[in-house]
Amino acid sequence: MVETYQRRSALAHLGLVARAAGSSRERAGIIMSEVPHRTIVNIRGMASDPAFSSAVQTATGLPLPEAANAVSSAGVWQILWLGPNEWWITGPDGEADSLIEALRANFAGQHAAACDVSESRAIIRLKGPKARDVLMRGVSLDLHPRAFRVGQCAQTGLSRANALLHLVDDAPTFEIYVLKSFSDYLWRWLETVARDFGLAVEA
Amino acid sequence: MLLIPCPFCGKRDEHEFTYAREAHIARPTNGEQMSDAEWAQYLFMRKNPKGVHYERWMHAKGCRRYFNVARDTVTHEIYAVYEMGQPAPAIERENGR
Repeated sequence: MVETYQRRSALAHLGLVARAAGSSRERAGIIMSEVPHRTIVNIRGMASDPAFSSAVQTATGLPLPEAANAVSSAGVWQILWLGPNEWWITGPDGEADSLIEALRANFAGQHAAACDVSESRAIIRLKGPKARDVLMRGVSLDLHPRAFRVGQCAQTGLSRANALLHLVDDAPTFEIYVLKSFSDYLWRWLETVARDFGLAVEA
Repeated sequence: MLLIPCPFCGKRDEHEFTYAREAHIARPTNGEQMSDAEWAQYLFMRKNPKGVHYERWMHAKGCRRYFNVARDTVTHEIYAVYEMGQPAPAIERENGR
């Protein structure tokens, strides 16, 4: 019964809209929200091959970040470094098919791949002056602004869940990408920690 | 807890990695001619040194890449980290241990 399928975000069952309505942002050290339905396209290829990086740049308009843990971004699109030959391109919902088509056309003849992994991850946004303090209880990474800068990302273990952290701005705002099956657990864990610092929920 | 310098991501905590046993063990190419004893030698026998050990690690919670590590099994000191396919570097140890 495909007609009756209703697409829900990973954390829809937590009723965040209703909770946000009853949540005061005054004096909140942390504002938590879910980023639903973001396009995530995984690409693999050789960074050392100029044909690959220019193929990505032509399709996305963004330079391929070659440095470890780097992100290149413009507007609503980002390319996140995952490994020496692996990246995520993230952007608005519904763009995966056209992006993959453009990438595959540009990859013709190369040892490269693009595939849609949008539905694999949930994204939790953690914003506010105490965001670092919350994360520091669950990661072993150095999150000091000197070591982990705006526009960087890192894959690591966050309270036993594998997660990717992306520091978006110096509010600071972190976007945490986590496997959907861990998202309920990770949201509740973050919420429990965030209560110590004053928590508000945003829809 | 070890602080392991992943050649791709930088220094990370040991809990982000999985251990992938001794490095530089090449699979025999003449398998049909080998005796059971020779197969057993290849499959099961490992060096287990007291001192420098060349081993593989995988950055499971990070970039998910395998790489080689030269680690001291006595002091846990990491002497070298190098990518798969590269030859083992010679390690000069202090105190001659």
